Amino acid sequence: MTQLILYNVFNGLIIGAFYALMALGLSLILNLSGVINFAHGGFLAIGAYFAFALIPFVGFWGALLIAPILTALLGGVIERILIRPLYGRDPLYGLLLTFGLAFIIEDGTRKIWGPQTLPFSVPEWMSTPLSANYFFLTGYRLFMVALVTVAVIVLFVVLNRTRLGMRIRAGTLDLETVSVLGVNVRILRSVNFGLGIYLAGLAGVLAAGMLGLQPTIGTDLIMPSFVAIIVGGLGSLPGTLVGGLLIGVASGVTSVFFPSASEAVIYIMMGLVLLVRPRGLFGEEGRF
Amino acid sequence: MDRQYQKYVGDFIIWSVLLTMPLWLHLVGGYTPLGTRVLIMALAAMALNFLLGYTGVLSFGHAAYFGLGAYGAGLTIKYLIPNTLAGMGVGLIVGIVAAAIIGLLIIRLRGIYFAMVTIAFGQVFYFIAYRWNNITGGDDGLSGWSRQPIDLGFFKIDILHDEKAFYYFVLFFFAISVAIMAAILRSPFGRTLLAIRENERRARFLGIPIDRHVWMSWLISCTFVSLAGTLYALLNNFADPHDLRWDQSGDFVMMAVLGGMRSFWGPLIGAAMFVVLQDYVSSMTSNWMSFIGLFFVLVVLFCPRGVLGIIRRRQVQ
Amino acid sequence: MSEDIINRPVGRRRVLQAGLAIGAMQVTSPFVVKALGEVPVKIGMDNTFTGTYAELGRNEQMGSELAVQEINKKGGILGRPVVLLSEDSTSADTGTAVQKAHKLIERDKVSLVLDSVNSAMALAIGEVTAQAGVMNIVTGGHTDAVTGTDCHWNVFRICNTTRMETNSMSKLLFDKFGKKWYFITPDYAFGHTLQQGFEASLKKFGGTEVGASLTPLGTTDFSSYLIKAQAANPDVIIFLHAGQDMINALKQAVQFGLDKRFHIAGAQQELEALNGLPPNARIGNWVFEWYWNQPNVPHVKEFVAAIRKLNNGKVPTARHWFGYAATWTYALIANEKKTLDARVLAKGLEGFTLPPEVALMPDKVFFRAGDHQLMPNLYIGHAVAHGSVPEDLFHVDQVVKGIDVAPPVSETGCHIKWPA
Repeated sequence: MTQLILYNVFNGLIIGAFYALMALGLSLILNLSGVINFAHGGFLAIGAYFAFALIPFVGFWGALLIAPILTALLGGVIERILIRPLYGRDPLYGLLLTFGLAFIIEDGTRKIWGPQTLPFSVPEWMSTPLSANYFFLTGYRLFMVALVTVAVIVLFVVLNRTRLGMRIRAGTLDLETVSVLGVNVRILRSVNFGLGIYLAGLAGVLAAGMLGLQPTIGTDLIMPSFVAIIVGGLGSLPGTLVGGLLIGVASGVTSVFFPSASEAVIYIMMGLVLLVRPRGLFGEEGRF
Repeated sequence: MDRQYQKYVGDFIIWSVLLTMPLWLHLVGGYTPLGTRVLIMALAAMALNFLLGYTGVLSFGHAAYFGLGAYGAGLTIKYLIPNTLAGMGVGLIVGIVAAAIIGLLIIRLRGIYFAMVTIAFGQVFYFIAYRWNNITGGDDGLSGWSRQPIDLGFFKIDILHDEKAFYYFVLFFFAISVAIMAAILRSPFGRTLLAIRENERRARFLGIPIDRHVWMSWLISCTFVSLAGTLYALLNNFADPHDLRWDQSGDFVMMAVLGGMRSFWGPLIGAAMFVVLQDYVSSMTSNWMSFIGLFFVLVVLFCPRGVLGIIRRRQVQ
Repeated sequence: MSEDIINRPVGRRRVLQAGLAIGAMQVTSPFVVKALGEVPVKIGMDNTFTGTYAELGRNEQMGSELAVQEINKKGGILGRPVVLLSEDSTSADTGTAVQKAHKLIERDKVSLVLDSVNSAMALAIGEVTAQAGVMNIVTGGHTDAVTGTDCHWNVFRICNTTRMETNSMSKLLFDKFGKKWYFITPDYAFGHTLQQGFEASLKKFGGTEVGASLTPLGTTDFSSYLIKAQAANPDVIIFLHAGQDMINALKQAVQFGLDKRFHIAGAQQELEALNGLPPNARIGNWVFEWYWNQPNVPHVKEFVAAIRKLNNGKVPTARHWFGYAATWTYALIANEKKTLDARVLAKGLEGFTLPPEVALMPDKVFFRAGDHQLMPNLYIGHAVAHGSVPEDLFHVDQVVKGIDVAPPVSETGCHIKWPA
């Protein structure tokens, strides 16, 4: 029994890492643009489909490299055309717009690649377990965790050590002042939006290795990501990371004892966190 | 005076359209249950907007009370008493009780936190409906029952077989609900809600008990959403877990924003467009999602205050 | 072809021409009233064209379209041309499905409603059609209640019940692969009844159930259930999912190497799912409800060729056949009874046998009188990574008769009440 729980804790961390990747992208966009991006699941699907289309030409590794970048570029273009006019307006309009965008993306991917599930293969050596006892540690899942770790480290280094990162963090706190200080806020927001979408695209390529690739691949993943953000605390990226890992472990462990609640548990957790500590675990007081 | 006159004309047009809808709907390619669906969704969206547009609090979990109403009505008619009004009564009470208790827990939160915690509670109800297979039918939904003719003693209305009769049955409840909401908004209590929406801090300094007012507003809003839920179950003769899910809540919010959340009738217009557009376009092309999505995007970009907002602006110019 | 849901005729004139042409062909038929010959018989399909079940719904639609083409070529229904009106119910929102059923019945005045991949929708639409007295053939919703506790006089079903699927499979699994079974079951009626079916068989044979996990519908991560399953050390791990859940579960089971240590099997499997899996995950023993590669069954080759033409060269799946058989069923019975009266047709379909060119199966295929369930053949076999041709991903080991594996009507819970 202890072993089973331990397995599920590890396993939950792996899944949590994945949620964190999506949640970080959402969080970046929310912090700087004030847009709750309902189309994030759609961008995840686009990343996965781009990778599927690229694999015959550049292989899995090439696709892993290129597909998220292409997704990010698309995200940047969409930000310029559609999201930009929304800045300074009621966040509800961002909600309505990205809701519509999610519709268009789902329909568009279905139009281009068809409604059927596409067979997305990962390299053979990755899709085998590393040891008989810890069979849930497959090459692919370890690779996923490693990649998420690298992505998170790079993200935090960028945010904390570079000029761009400093501006993004400053903009999160007080965009007006940043603007007055001579930073081009428009470009800053575009780059930041693209960065968030890049993470969605990366999550998409990873998801397609575990899940069936079809237009709705991202829809079931978006809600847990929101929950991760809220549990961790709005405005705090480390909080988002912790939130993602926490909900992964919580739903993993619950599925041992009380499988019927394995989905509801993350919402119960979110409710409890908000009732006890309304700003989330690491959120700052008085924001949002 | 002129504004007042325009308002009366607007009200008159809306009520005439609603009253005569079953008579001409088929001429424009519609059908009576479509009109009924518009009314029910409009009631839900207007109820949500009582909280969103007039108190300034965003709930993203209203589908929970919509669904509780639906299941309350369905379960009552299926297992307890095969009586439509009794089913509606139970559904309404279940919704109100749940909203009252949850409201007490969450009124201190604001903004996005409030929205998220309403999602959290909503999803918990969703998973209960979804997992409690023996009672709710789980993913298969609650079937095997239907709304019953209304027997008032002196005369009978067959709302089961006569779709038009059911439309007017729904319109009756819609009219009462709308009248009550309008009356509340015109009362001192309603004015206080507006004050909270405009500036919560100032209202607090004036000594207004904010939490109690928000709780009352939340309760009123959830009451009418539950009522809409009971009617929705009767319309479909069915209740399913999707009624409680967060994307259903999202639809209500979209309807309110689409029509214009700062006007009383905005959500009705939004709901009508949402329902009718989807119904028409999805019959014409399998790519209807692109059209609806594009429509949302265009509304956001070009009608900053919803569709009714743009009409208002014309009038001002 | 598959992109446009609606194939309403281009214009009124076209309908008139078709009607006249068909009317002219049918001069021998005594029942053709000339004026009626111009009014098309409308068939409405209320199915899942967007969302998770989009592919399955569209495949059923394509089968139905093919049937309509063929029916019109052969003189239509009662000498009148047939048109198919399709409505998207979405994959999840039953309210929309009910709405669309009302639309088809009240506005478009269809004579037959075809639905749905989604079982909840099949149940809900069944209520609507029964209330309205319109014929209703369920193409692909498998939950037992459709021809069980919630059966109606006007509702007939093409695809199998879950109990038929497990009964056809269990003996083979038990004899060939072992007596200790672990179930991984989707947590809704479809999964529950499949598991109960297998459990009943297992008890009869004297095997043991070493455990079961209920997985929520739409689960994306199956690892915790797979961890539990392997800890129980069974002979066979049984996956009872459908659609996307099946794909996700098998993809992850193979990555965990479970297929190398345990036998993987289940009940219903579909070609759509096998197509969506990478080759190494096309594993296990399953039941197919129809298969395109039946070299010795007459008329199958023609059907496959006709669907290939509509389907970008791809072969038909069981879903295509569901739509095809359902649509033809209605045309056949209406032409036999020479009426569109729902009550007469429903009575007529009780015990009705499908002709070989529609049945496309080796044995007698008929609607059982007591519960209106079709008794087709079931195809037991195993998935293969690469077939003789790329689409041949399933190897049929044995063909079973539906009537031999279906529980008797008395056990289905169906009591059909005919309207007065």
